Amino acid sequence: MGLLSDPNRRKALTNLLTRLNAPICMVCYLAAIVWFMGLAFEPFTLRTYMSENAMGSTMVEERFSSGERALSLAKEFDAHKTKAGGMPVEWLVKAMQARGLEVFTQSFSRKLPFPDENKERYMVRGTNVYGILRAPRAPRTEALVITAPCSPGNSNNQAVGLLLALAQYFRNQIFWAKDIIFLVNEHDLIGMQAWLEGYHHTNITGMEYSPLQGRAGSIQAALSLELSSDVITSLDLILEGLNGQLPNLDLANLFYAFCQKLGVLCTIQGKLQRNDWDTAEGYTHAAQTMMLMVLKQACGRSWGDHGLFLRYHIEAASIRGINGFRHYKMDVATIGRLLEGMVRKLNNLLERLHQSYFFYLLPSLSRFVSIGYYMPAFGLLAVILLLRVSFPGLMLHVCFSVSLQPSGPGVLTVLTPVVISHLTGVALYLLPVHLQEMAVEHFPVSETEAVVLTAVAIYTAGLALPHNTQRLLSGEGTEQGWKVLKLTALLYLAVLLGCTALINFSLGFVLAVTLVPITASMTPHMPKALSALAMVLLSPAFTILYCVFIYQELIEAPVSVSEGWMLFLSVISQGILDHALYGSLVYPLLALFVYPCWLMFWNILFWS
Amino acid sequence: CDSRLPLTFTPAPAPAPARDQFQEELVIRPLHSGDIYASFQFRTLWDTDFLQERQKKVSHYRLFPKSLGQVLSKFSVRELHISFTQGFWRTMQWGQPFIPSPPGAELWVWFHHTVSDVDGNWKELTNVLSGIFCASLNFIDMTNTVQPSASFKPLGLGNATDHRFLRYATLPREIVCTENLTPWKKLLPCGSKAGLAVLMKSEKLFHSSFHSQAVHIRPICQDEQCTSKAWELRQTLNVVFDHYTSGQGKKEWSLFKMFSRTLTEACPLASSSKVYVDITDNPELFELSPATHLLSRAVVLGDRRTYSVYDLTRAETFGQLRSFNLLLRWKGDNMLRPLLHAERYVAGFGLQTGEIHTVIYNNHPYRAFPVLLMDSVPWYLQLYVHTLTVTSKSRDNKPSYIHYQPAKDRHRPHLLEMLIQLPPHSMTEVTVQFERALLKWTEYTPDPNHGFYVGSSVVSALVPSMVAMSTNFTQDQPLFSSFVPVKEESSYFVRVYTEPLLVNLPTPDFSMPYNVICLTCTVVAVGYGSFYNLLTRTFQVDEPSPPLAKRLANFIRRIRGVPLLA
Repeated sequence: MGLLSDPNRRKALTNLLTRLNAPICMVCYLAAIVWFMGLAFEPFTLRTYMSENAMGSTMVEERFSSGERALSLAKEFDAHKTKAGGMPVEWLVKAMQARGLEVFTQSFSRKLPFPDENKERYMVRGTNVYGILRAPRAPRTEALVITAPCSPGNSNNQAVGLLLALAQYFRNQIFWAKDIIFLVNEHDLIGMQAWLEGYHHTNITGMEYSPLQGRAGSIQAALSLELSSDVITSLDLILEGLNGQLPNLDLANLFYAFCQKLGVLCTIQGKLQRNDWDTAEGYTHAAQTMMLMVLKQACGRSWGDHGLFLRYHIEAASIRGINGFRHYKMDVATIGRLLEGMVRKLNNLLERLHQSYFFYLLPSLSRFVSIGYYMPAFGLLAVILLLRVSFPGLMLHVCFSVSLQPSGPGVLTVLTPVVISHLTGVALYLLPVHLQEMAVEHFPVSETEAVVLTAVAIYTAGLALPHNTQRLLSGEGTEQGWKVLKLTALLYLAVLLGCTALINFSLGFVLAVTLVPITASMTPHMPKALSALAMVLLSPAFTILYCVFIYQELIEAPVSVSEGWMLFLSVISQGILDHALYGSLVYPLLALFVYPCWLMFWNILFWS
Repeated sequence: CDSRLPLTFTPAPAPAPARDQFQEELVIRPLHSGDIYASFQFRTLWDTDFLQERQKKVSHYRLFPKSLGQVLSKFSVRELHISFTQGFWRTMQWGQPFIPSPPGAELWVWFHHTVSDVDGNWKELTNVLSGIFCASLNFIDMTNTVQPSASFKPLGLGNATDHRFLRYATLPREIVCTENLTPWKKLLPCGSKAGLAVLMKSEKLFHSSFHSQAVHIRPICQDEQCTSKAWELRQTLNVVFDHYTSGQGKKEWSLFKMFSRTLTEACPLASSSKVYVDITDNPELFELSPATHLLSRAVVLGDRRTYSVYDLTRAETFGQLRSFNLLLRWKGDNMLRPLLHAERYVAGFGLQTGEIHTVIYNNHPYRAFPVLLMDSVPWYLQLYVHTLTVTSKSRDNKPSYIHYQPAKDRHRPHLLEMLIQLPPHSMTEVTVQFERALLKWTEYTPDPNHGFYVGSSVVSALVPSMVAMSTNFTQDQPLFSSFVPVKEESSYFVRVYTEPLLVNLPTPDFSMPYNVICLTCTVVAVGYGSFYNLLTRTFQVDEPSPPLAKRLANFIRRIRGVPLLA
């Protein structure tokens, strides 16, 4: 590349980049937003297609017809559930044994770090029941899992009923090549986590559980079923798993193919598909669906029981029955047939699902955006950070200062704010949970409130840091000092966001959209009050707050400011709980890296 | 031999002392889970010697299949055991089988001690057997062959223990189907035309929960004093039928329902042809029709059992319809726990490391007994032997004997044999960690995302018997109880196979080479090229040379001694 080695042309390029730095950055930012919004426009997306040959060409005939039996089993299950005041373990064991399964139970217990007020639980104790349908003439090397959570109250009885009816029907078939595990898990995700950890004999979250007695080899795919009414109008597919992981797109394709075949209304993010892509409403609808997926993926929690399977390289999805006020209704037998078809096709698999995409966004069930299409939107944002690194004087200045004055004040001036910001981050990560007892003693709040409010307090206290940092440093901060710090912070943010976007695009993109504009333009010479306000309004915490409001708006349940604030607090507590219970990484990422990085820019603003 | 063939059934009278004889037998055992276990055994005895080099080669074959006889003499095989199994024997539900076998194909051979090139013989033998049984035995090579030091002793005559002459290999992925059954049936003297073998309709045999067929060849004693030696060929076929899928929930069985055939005659070449039905739990569990007065008692696998015997060489067995059909009706259900039971699984997640757990259960209420555990793990799972732990009742259990042969990449698998003492009524867990190797891109199978198989581990044990085992060696024992020689009364030999493992290895995305090539080429060409250029080239500021007139003027000025022009 002569451009770089030829000094004259290199100079011209540098001049261009230096002179037009701000306009180029602005154009990049706008282009990124436009590109991203354009992803939902139908002509720019690809039609989904089945990549896996083993599932595509072999059509199966669905014959499941015991919908009535499923409903009566559901009623029976409900009666036993209310009688037992929880999971009716003995009844389930008997019911599964009567259907010719090998039945095992697993008990588990977990003490939450602080009480979960949304689900009202603290000390969790429960039992999972699972039955294995052994495939004839198969050597126990592969398995499929169908799960139904045993939820409190009246919900999900139909799912368990259908699970048992399916088990009975499947048991009489000869064509199974993989063992099928029917699992009823208590306490939704906690039970699921216990079962998965037990199955794989690992312990990553400090759960206490009894070891599993029966296994069936490596699990190839899993389906989680949630049904709460006898008739349903549509089925919703949930894909977002822990840490924004998604199952292979072929699983979604499989679901969509069977919905089409059986004439079942299917939705994603609770939104039906529209055909009028060329109208404004059609586009808005697709954009809303995609935005919902981005927000759900960004928050990194498991949106259904399937989400925990993904860590173990098991493709999984949740199917939720919706009973809306539509005219079109279908019975449990149809859902049973749909599941039968899906399981039979998964049974035909010769390899794990791997042919199709693992990184995608779905504006509708029949259209997808692959990683190659959405990554440029993030790339344009990341380019801004790199361009700002070559900001007039910044790069060259720093290079000169480092090379000419190796013993200058550079290292210490930069290191102190970096270390202090990170220590604040560590405090934000550790203190809320560990200080809850002290907080409860001194303030009239519950444990959950204590944890969340401590987090908010530490976050706010971090804003006072620049003054403390200055006090620690002897002497005034130099012009050179903030430039070195800004260079470090920009590179840090670029690497941080880049890595995040590779693993969880949505999270990386949402953070980049809010963090990039303010951080890229930050200097100590700007009007203090105004830029401080702008920085706070674009800080990670406010990003979460905006996401809460946008999410509520998108699911058509808008909230007032005070409700939004309460939701925001519960989101924080959920984030901390998800991290402790299932190993979600969003909370530590925000506390240990994103927030300190933002604090470094906050330091630059108050550089004196 | 117990009974002469009735004249009405023999087409031609046999020559006075037959040097070879053939027996056939079918055992039907209703299992406690409600399934039904049918085990066929066919035995051909021949008092010839394939390995005698001084005598002329054996060339006249009567009952013994010539294809196998020639293989025995060509490769100097002393003992050969081969099994093809589709499915997994569920010890917890079904108890112990008469002859156990692991899922897939298993082959173990003892060669004669005169063989000099054992590996060469083994290689050729596997290829020949592959042709005979129409199976993929040719995939057996040095990377999946081991020489167990203690787990596989010869079952026949002779007590050679030098395991240099033993080769053992399993192919857990082998799929068994009709193409393997047909050549197996052809080895029988009557084929599938007469005798018990008419029941072997493949569409029924493969509509079952478990199917296993095997061939065992070994030299044995002719009589109790062991004055003369004979070669024994045992062909066994074990099937478990699922009452649930085929019975439509009705607990009722008959020969016709199982095999869609009834028996009409014994194999005319057989000196004995019998059907045994295990009626130990009669009458509580089921009823049997037609009833028979012939009963036989035998001690099998540490348990005293009673059998109804139907002798097919007698005309009255077939009744007036000249066809024999058995009917079983269940009445109850109960469960038994096998004394020895083992299972295995892979723990952990991710594609870098993992841990193999082998769990062995001793369900005996008060007796401890030792077991031999044998594990053969392919080289691409790199075992960390220092992480090997054996725990019983949450205490460290030190094996009294360990034979470990480390793997060599691409040449030889790991072999781990251990003698472990199992405390009474306990669960013993053996764990070892491994790392998954990165294969070369040509070493992946065509479907790499399916995963790679690790063969079953083998647990061999002398399990203490609840009742005295009979050690006397007599000819009229039923075949199913006489396969493994019983040496002492207090214990019996059991071999338990665990399930094979399916392990995923780190797999490249094979559909991406084009993208990868493009990307790497671009990175190398653009990035590396220009950076290398920048780093190695030295830059100098190039002064433009002044025009000719100026140089001339300066020359003159220098002579004149006045300052030069800039």
